[in-house]
This record gives sequence, C-alpha cells and structure tokens, in this order.
Amino acid sequence: MVFAAALLVAFIVLPLAGLVAHITPSAFGEALRTPAARHALKLSAITTTITLGVTLVLGTPLAYVLARADFPGRRLVDAVADLPIVVPPAVAGIALLFAFGRNGTLGPLLHAFGVQLSFSTAAVVLAQTFVSAPFYVRAARSAFAGADRTLEAASATLGMGPLRTFAYITVPLAAPALLGGAVLTWARALGEFGATIMFAGNLEGVSQTLPLAVYLNLESDDLPIATALSIVLVAFSLFVVAAVRLTAEREAA
Amino acid sequence: MTLRFDVRRRLREFTLVAAAEIPAGVTLLEGPSGGGKTTLLRLIAGLIPPDGGRIALGERVLADTATRTFVPPDARNVALVFQEYALFPHLDVASNVEFGLRARRVPAPERAARVRRTLDRFEIAALARARVTELSGGQRQRVALARALVVEPAALLLDEPLAALDPSTRDRVRGELAAILAGIDVPTIFVSHDPSDREPFGARTLHLERGELAR
Repeated sequence: MVFAAALLVAFIVLPLAGLVAHITPSAFGEALRTPAARHALKLSAITTTITLGVTLVLGTPLAYVLARADFPGRRLVDAVADLPIVVPPAVAGIALLFAFGRNGTLGPLLHAFGVQLSFSTAAVVLAQTFVSAPFYVRAARSAFAGADRTLEAASATLGMGPLRTFAYITVPLAAPALLGGAVLTWARALGEFGATIMFAGNLEGVSQTLPLAVYLNLESDDLPIATALSIVLVAFSLFVVAAVRLTAEREAA
Repeated sequence: MTLRFDVRRRLREFTLVAAAEIPAGVTLLEGPSGGGKTTLLRLIAGLIPPDGGRIALGERVLADTATRTFVPPDARNVALVFQEYALFPHLDVASNVEFGLRARRVPAPERAARVRRTLDRFEIAALARARVTELSGGQRQRVALARALVVEPAALLLDEPLAALDPSTRDRVRGELAAILAGIDVPTIFVSHDPSDREPFGARTLHLERGELAR
C-alpha cells in the first residue's frame, strides 16, 4: 500500500525535479533573457490576463443565469457550457478555425469588417477563452446556486435593488469560490497548447505563448529555453495548486 | 398609518387567505408552524407576489393584482427581521446597520451619525467593529432590530424574533424588545407561537392556522 502510494508520488515528483536538475541557475537566467523566451513570457502574461478578464465579464452573468433562472433548455445550455472541458483542445482549435478562420463560417463577415482572427494574438485569446472559461463558470455557478437566499432577501427588504444586492451581497459571499474558479481558468489558459497551435499558429511575439515556445525550442534543439520556460510553467502550477487549496480551506473554516 | 391587506396565495397544502387592517403599534400573529405566518410576512414585504388581492400601506398601494401593481421589496420601505436574523456575515456590526442607509443613498456624514445614534440606542456601540459571527444570540437580535429600524421603515415585520435565542436569554430580550417596540409608531406584525409572547405583545392578536386568518 505504502509502496504503491510512494511509487505514484515519485512518478509525479521525479520528472518535475528532473527539469530543475537539467539546467544550471546561470543557464536558466540566460535562457529567460533570450528574445524568444521574453516574447513568450510577455505574450502569455498579456493573453491570459485578457482571457481572464473576458471570462469574468461574460462568465459571471452566465453562471448567475444558469444557477438562478429557470428557462426551457437550461440544462442544455448548462451542458454546452461544460463541453469545452472534455473536448480535446486540438478539436477545439479546428472548430474555432472552421468558425472564425478566413474560410470559416464567419470568415467572410469578419473579412468585410477588415478583421482577420486566425493566426493572430486575438486568436490566442479566443482559443484560451474557449478551453478555460468553463472552469470559472462551473465554480461560479455552484457558488451562486449555494448562496444563502435569505441574505439576498434581507438586502432587498433593506432597500437594495437586485443589481446592488448582487454586487454587495451575492458576489462578496461567493468571492472565495469565484477566486478559486478564476485561478483555475487562468492556469488552464496559461497551459493552453492544442487549440492555440491549431487556430493561432506558432509565431514568435504574435501567437507563441509559453507552452508553444517550449514545444518549438525542444523541436529546434534549444533545450535550455525549453527547460527554463517549463520550470516557469511548473512554478506557476505550484502556485495555482497552493492557491486553490488555501481558498478551499478558508472556505471550509 | 394603517397596513391593509386582503390577499390570497396558493401554498403546497392549502391556500393562504388573509385580510386584516393593522394599525400602528404591535399586532401579534399567532398560530402553529407551517400555518402560513412567514408566507404572509413575505407577501407584505414583497418577497413573493400574491396570487390575488391587494396590499396597501396608508394611501400607498404596494400590490394589487386587479391593477397589476407590484412594488418590489426594495421600494416598499417595509422592514423584515428574519427568524435567524440574516445578518450579513461579511460585514461588521456597524456596516450591517448602515446597509439600509447606503441602499437609500443617504450621504456619508449623515449615515455615520444615524448609525452611531442607532448603535447607542441599542447599546451595541462597543460592538461596532465586531464581526456578526462573533456575537451572542441576544446581540445578534439587537443588531437585526437596529438594522431594520435605522431606516425608519413604514412598517415592521418580525418573524419569531425570539425563537433563535436560548431560553434564559429569551426572557431578558423579550423585555428589551417590548420596551423598544412600545416606542415605535408604525404598523408592526410580531409573529410567534410562544404563549409567553402574549403578555407583552398580545394587546392585539391575530390567529393564522392552515392559511386561515382569524381574530
């Protein structure tokens, strides 16, 4: 029993530790200072921030409607909102290409407005939002569904309208769960690979995010850059796991 | 000011049918659990609409199915003290009390003054910055009452305000509550099924059982 448990833990820890063992601190610093690495870091920072913003702005109302409103087809919308979690990212990438690509369904319309989405930074954000938004929506939906309705009723009888009750009561009470969902979405966006490379390509400074840069530099035998960027991604992942656990514990307390 | 209602609302096992005139001062609303007392308070507060009928506070119509009038709860100025008090756990005592004044967009200086006065009046000034989750049952009850009354509501509804307290606290708080309610000049409905509440609050009593309201 103990042996089996130790084996699995070692299986997870060893490769990750191996990443760190694979590179000296000076080579790590040097690799991160290369233009390719700097571009990837900057692009990932910008795109994941925008993705998170778009997800919060659009996902919060969606989660609230799914949690509270009763309308025909609600369960279907609910399932559709979850779908990107199980759809393979590469499939998501092709689907996005077929929808928003130059020859896609909406391509001519976008072209008429002078917009070309595919193989651009905007495409990176679309790919990330597609695959990562459901994590936030799920967390927010269950937080809104589980909120104490009596407190909202109390707010209403004290004179707060529905929007302000949402802002002053519902959201603050759901904040730990919303934060947990937001962190997961951000982490999923940061790690996004399949949909991005399909729909946005792999152009340095335009669509080459951290995971794509890892892949490209490994292919082109520039191991230090691939290793250094991988370590950065693992460090962020550690932070995410810790953050999600902390909020979960705070919520339980 | 008089609260008048003549409403109908379908519940799971029976239909609530209630008509009465509630003058200023306390009216005790008695009856067994599940008889529709809380539903009647929620109808008057506007948290649920009536299936039929009319609710008016003085000259002001709050709900009338005949004219499709329905004033939402946040525009009624009817305060409701919930059974478990429903204090906002993420706000401290002063912010809970201040809530209704913020809702009414009372300017900050006036808000602070009114909150201070109310906290003093309810003898909870020392708890102003305390989290409501740290309070005793009796203290919570006072915060809930302070929060409801600071806005000077046109009617006050209390849903078993003593039921959440332990018996030893309950007798003391009952006396305090009676003194406070004696000084309030708006229609007040006090829901209870505790016979001990009859003596201080039962000068006027209504009885609600299986959705039927009687004197």
